[in-house]
Amino acid sequence: MKIHEYQAKEILRRYKVAVPDGKVADTPEKAKSIAEELGGSTVVVKAQIHAGGRGKGGGVKLAKNPDEAQQLANEIIGMNLVTHQTGPEGKQVNQVLIEQGVDIGRELYAGLVLDRAVGRTAFMVSTEGGVEIEKVAAESPEKILKEWIDPAVGFRPFQARSLAYGLGLEGDQVKSAVKFFMGLYRVYEESDASLAEINPLVVTKQGNVLALDAKINFDDNALYRHKDIQEYRDLSEEAPSEVEASKYGLNYIKLDGNVGCMVNGAGLAMATMDIIKHTGGEPANFLDVGGSASAETVKAGFEIIMQDKNVQAVLINIFGGIVRCDRVAQGIIDALSDLDVDMPVVVRLEGTNAEEAAELLQESSLEFVVAKDLKDAAKKSVAAVA
Amino acid sequence: MSILVNKETRLIVQGLTGSEGSFHAQQMVEYGTQVVAGVTPGKGGQTHNDLPVYNTIKEARDAHDANTSVIFVPPAFAADAIMEAADAELDLVVCITEGIPVKDMIQVRRYLADKPTRLVGPNCPGVISPGQAKVGIMPAFIHEPGKVGIISRSGTLTYEAVHQLTNHGFGQSTAIGIGGDPIIGSTFIDLLTLFKDDDGTDAVVLIGEIGGSAEEEAAKWVTKNNFDKPIVAFIAGQTAPPGRRMGHAGAIISGGQGTAADKMKALRAAGISVCDTPATIGETMAEALK
Repeated sequence: MKIHEYQAKEILRRYKVAVPDGKVADTPEKAKSIAEELGGSTVVVKAQIHAGGRGKGGGVKLAKNPDEAQQLANEIIGMNLVTHQTGPEGKQVNQVLIEQGVDIGRELYAGLVLDRAVGRTAFMVSTEGGVEIEKVAAESPEKILKEWIDPAVGFRPFQARSLAYGLGLEGDQVKSAVKFFMGLYRVYEESDASLAEINPLVVTKQGNVLALDAKINFDDNALYRHKDIQEYRDLSEEAPSEVEASKYGLNYIKLDGNVGCMVNGAGLAMATMDIIKHTGGEPANFLDVGGSASAETVKAGFEIIMQDKNVQAVLINIFGGIVRCDRVAQGIIDALSDLDVDMPVVVRLEGTNAEEAAELLQESSLEFVVAKDLKDAAKKSVAAVA
Repeated sequence: MSILVNKETRLIVQGLTGSEGSFHAQQMVEYGTQVVAGVTPGKGGQTHNDLPVYNTIKEARDAHDANTSVIFVPPAFAADAIMEAADAELDLVVCITEGIPVKDMIQVRRYLADKPTRLVGPNCPGVISPGQAKVGIMPAFIHEPGKVGIISRSGTLTYEAVHQLTNHGFGQSTAIGIGGDPIIGSTFIDLLTLFKDDDGTDAVVLIGEIGGSAEEEAAKWVTKNNFDKPIVAFIAGQTAPPGRRMGHAGAIISGGQGTAADKMKALRAAGISVCDTPATIGETMAEALK
């Protein structure tokens, strides 16, 4: 799960990790009063959306006084912000963070993430702040310093010091960086985060270390033990069809093609998209109906696929293991009888009770294109949209 | 022969009395697996579907000389269940449970480091050595005893591959679903190492997917260790968009890392036959074994 920058900073503040003073506003008037509260000098007005690259897209502006903050907030709230992470359609901005301006001395980077190769969390820092860390990793990996965290003892102060010295910090800066790093680790660890990234981490001209930006993602599988973090979920940031799918325990991701897909199992669902593309078509979505593809989930899946106006044919690919194909077939028949589906539906059912399933489909009064295997299914569904 | 599970496997089902555990234990018994006991804390002393239930793994192990367990407990308790099985020093633990938090798995991995127990999974369909033992939830009837080993990050896609192999006349020595999570107990390399020394395995199918670098590491290992049995591979997710988790927690392209194209390239460089589509796994194996 992703959250907004202002929410991430709220969490950091709770753990005494230094961030600039600031508050979120959803109207220009509020933006002005927050700027006044902050002392009336320079503030930053930052668009709050779940995507990076906001500055380049025109979503982050400096205001010299509260009136200007109001004016800029007026421009940014409601704007459609396009960044390299939003896609060309962009995202609507509903809130802005109004934050105290900071005298930046140095821009650094700090981040925590799972290192899958060793099965431990890696704490990474770099002198190259303010740019994409992936770019640094690709071009000058020696500029990224790492400490791996032993889960038995946690992140140790000596590791935090080692990172601080590695960044070339001196005197009180080291103390303030160590405090910052230890706090950031606690946030990551105690909230079951999957990513905590401070970019840039700044050293002010006064020598303070603080988080100018903050991005925290959470492990969806651990949200059950963090009711407070669940409340940070902003449904307006998620595609409505994906939110709808998640209510039925379905995993749906919209893509740009015209062949709708309904598959059981994530790997097989990806492989089905791949073979559609390989056959010359374009998949409209990823949809995993899970291990227990019942009549109800199949129906919900159809409804979600049908909301995508680009879809011109649907391919159902089920490999029945524990789930029986005849039950899935009945689900498909029930769903199609209830819904108004006016496009070709290609069905490939294999595995447990596949023959009984084929009979059910053939005996029904509905029109199906029955495919005998995966290759045939891809060919028939691509032909259907040609 | 085979790896991991066979006729000597003596299995404990952790979470036997739950609906999943109940159903699949029955299926495993019907397949001929030696299921010897179940463990559900608080239900020790009961009998469930003719199987004795114990409160702890150690009790069940001691009473039945068990060497393997399979886990069906809910995600919040699964990490603890794995550690209990490792504490009892079973040879193998297969964790079917999906949705275990990463933080819990980091601890599990640390805990297992100095234990003799091997973990397969979590979030996987399990392990089957056709004709000998089934420890998991895969549909048994698509399998045939034979000499092709399978290692896969996916569930239903594994069934697809097995089905094609069987249809092409290739039975399987052992098929292992290693799981779709970012932290798993057994990797491609761990199992290739076992298949290398298994006389009953003549060739291997690797099924990977986007995310992480396990396939690239396997490719390097194959080259370095002169693995001389033919390998056929497929990588799911060639069309997956970056930054989106494709169902499995581990299946995500991030920061330009973990793409299908990179993985296919690395595997081909190691002399592995990589299929462009999942529909050609069977015929590619036929070609490789000519």
